[in-house]
Amino acid sequence: MPEYPPLPLPEAPRLAQNITHFARGLRRAGLPIGPGRVAEAVAAVATAGFTSKQDFYWTLHACFVSKPEHRQVFAQIFRLYWRDPRFLEHMMAAMLPAIRGTQEEKAAKPAQKRAAEALLDGAEAPDRPDQPEGEEPPEQLELNAELTMSREERLRQLDFEQMSTAEVAEAKRMLAKMQLPIRPIQSRRLIASAAGNRINWRRTMAQAARQGGEITTLARAQRRLRWPNLVVICDISGSMSQYSRLILHFLHAVANRKGPGWARVHGFTFGTRLTNITRHLGQRDVDAALAAAGAEAQDWEGGTRIGACLHDFNRDWSRRVMGQGAVVLLITDGLDRDDSDQLSAEMQRLHLSARRLIWLNPLLRFDGFAPKARGIRAMLPHVDSFRAGHSIAALQDLADVLTRAEDSGEKRRLMQMLTSE
Amino acid sequence: MPGSIDAVETLLTEAGYVADRGLATVVFLSLRLGRPLFLEGEAGVGKTEIAKTLAAALGRRLIRLQCYEGLDASSAVYEWNFAAQMIAIRAAEADAGEPRDRAALQAELFSDDYLIRRPLLEAMQPDPAGAPILLIDELDRTDEPFEAFLLEALSDFQVTIPELGTIKAPEPPIVILTSNRTREVHDALKRRCLYHWVDYPDFDREMEILTARAPGLAPRLSQEVVAFVQALRTEDLFKHPGIAETIDWANCLLALDVIDLSPEVIADTLGAILKYQDDISRLQGSEAKRILDQARATLGPTG
Repeated sequence: MPEYPPLPLPEAPRLAQNITHFARGLRRAGLPIGPGRVAEAVAAVATAGFTSKQDFYWTLHACFVSKPEHRQVFAQIFRLYWRDPRFLEHMMAAMLPAIRGTQEEKAAKPAQKRAAEALLDGAEAPDRPDQPEGEEPPEQLELNAELTMSREERLRQLDFEQMSTAEVAEAKRMLAKMQLPIRPIQSRRLIASAAGNRINWRRTMAQAARQGGEITTLARAQRRLRWPNLVVICDISGSMSQYSRLILHFLHAVANRKGPGWARVHGFTFGTRLTNITRHLGQRDVDAALAAAGAEAQDWEGGTRIGACLHDFNRDWSRRVMGQGAVVLLITDGLDRDDSDQLSAEMQRLHLSARRLIWLNPLLRFDGFAPKARGIRAMLPHVDSFRAGHSIAALQDLADVLTRAEDSGEKRRLMQMLTSE
Repeated sequence: MPGSIDAVETLLTEAGYVADRGLATVVFLSLRLGRPLFLEGEAGVGKTEIAKTLAAALGRRLIRLQCYEGLDASSAVYEWNFAAQMIAIRAAEADAGEPRDRAALQAELFSDDYLIRRPLLEAMQPDPAGAPILLIDELDRTDEPFEAFLLEALSDFQVTIPELGTIKAPEPPIVILTSNRTREVHDALKRRCLYHWVDYPDFDREMEILTARAPGLAPRLSQEVVAFVQALRTEDLFKHPGIAETIDWANCLLALDVIDLSPEVIADTLGAILKYQDDISRLQGSEAKRILDQARATLGPTG
């Protein structure tokens, strides 16, 4: 960190107060800091003493930062809070372009705006639009709640792309109720079980001790079952927009389902760049979740760079989200103009690190679909299963695929077409 | 026990670990406040090494708990030696002369003799040299139940063994946890610790480390090695080389009696710094030469 001029030492009670205010600023910027940590920080500063600004920085850093991505925010807030007594003016400068002319010109550093918003309590922050651009206008529709079976059935088969607004709303409702069952995998942890295949020595001895050392039965244990993670990587480029919106609804339903199922659901979107939307999927309200995800992903309905985005995923995320045997659901039409060698290599790596890689492609709904596009030809050999994903019925079929390990969807047929050419 | 941040820096440097100011500060705070230290960072930046160095420098025992998926309390804290207990029971039965009373047998079976101490319990034992250093390595490899179990163990440093009662550490151990961040560790655990992200070192610090760890290497060659590795870290690789790789590579070059880096030498020894086939194949051909030239350019002319 850069050198700062020495800080005039305030008196001790004021310092505790200052640290508290500083912590509140950090909290508003999104760092998880409870009162316990503040007390700790005061104690830590008292221990480390005030020999230099740098030590003070690292002392507070040790107490308040708990994630690498928080370091930047911490550095900015620290700079604003502890350095310049006129920090408010600086923040106004960062916040309001109108008065910037009176201050010296400087480029906003990363996290600076966030730091400023946090310290200013958000009051002066310009209002952000509630909904990102491209979101559908609020609907003023009266829906008939009495659905007949046949209508629901028809909707199930209907292509997402051909749905009317009313049908989309109805489909969203159906998707929200959908489930994605999965078979559990065996963990190395053991649990007591009468029908287990291993001897539980601990329990056997406990029983024996109660009976004066007499072993009458052997207690048994078996390996515990655990649920795998699901990683969904969804294409949100222009050609996919109608599908990806509804598929994100589906994803939100799967991510928030109670009861046994996936241990964790990680969501990513990509178009021209990769975005992790896992955190937003956790919001209970589906519209709020998708609006937040939409605000984060800047590339809705843009172009597609599948190879480059998968490269980013493999490099930055795959080791973090796929460590424990994750199933990967890749949702894209595979229309990509980039280098197909790179795409093929990235798909191969993705396939190697996933427990199972399932590709949902809405293009597959067309009769006589042939793997002509270069992107599709590059990706197809590296997936475990290749399926259509254009309707509610298709997504429900997905549930069957997940419980049958050997299902490869349409892959075999299409691979034959590829090799026979 | 060092009395200031400067003292920690000297202590570590003398033991052969070149720490930056931030790391020295958290180590000092952790020692002084008696709080666990949580170190995160890429593989090979020296997270485990800090625990080893600290143990050596303070003259404490190092107890290491290597985490893996499925690690549970019986392999982390304690277990009874069931086979030995079983034999003892049978032996008592065979000793048919006079029947021993049940309570005495039970007391004998669940005594210290039959207790197997695993790392966490071991770290709570009194030690004349002072509290040991407990290294909980690669915490991200365990599953969440074990993490939750650690919450309690780390805050109280006591273990209840039903048959023996509660065992409390006379002096809590110095705890260092490390994570490679293959998965996110829960906030509840991080909150109980002091946190530090261990980054790749800058050029000067890596030079210091290399001089300390591979003293036989000629100065100019070590400069080239460090500059090359530093340049590699700016490339788009699947796994960037850590400090451990730099030291390994330097030792490889020493063993091969290399006096000067050349694209051929780099191609032959690339396996010491890059561990993924994709990365290695990227550096074949002219790419290695380009990075080498770039690294040399930052060093200036040969002096």
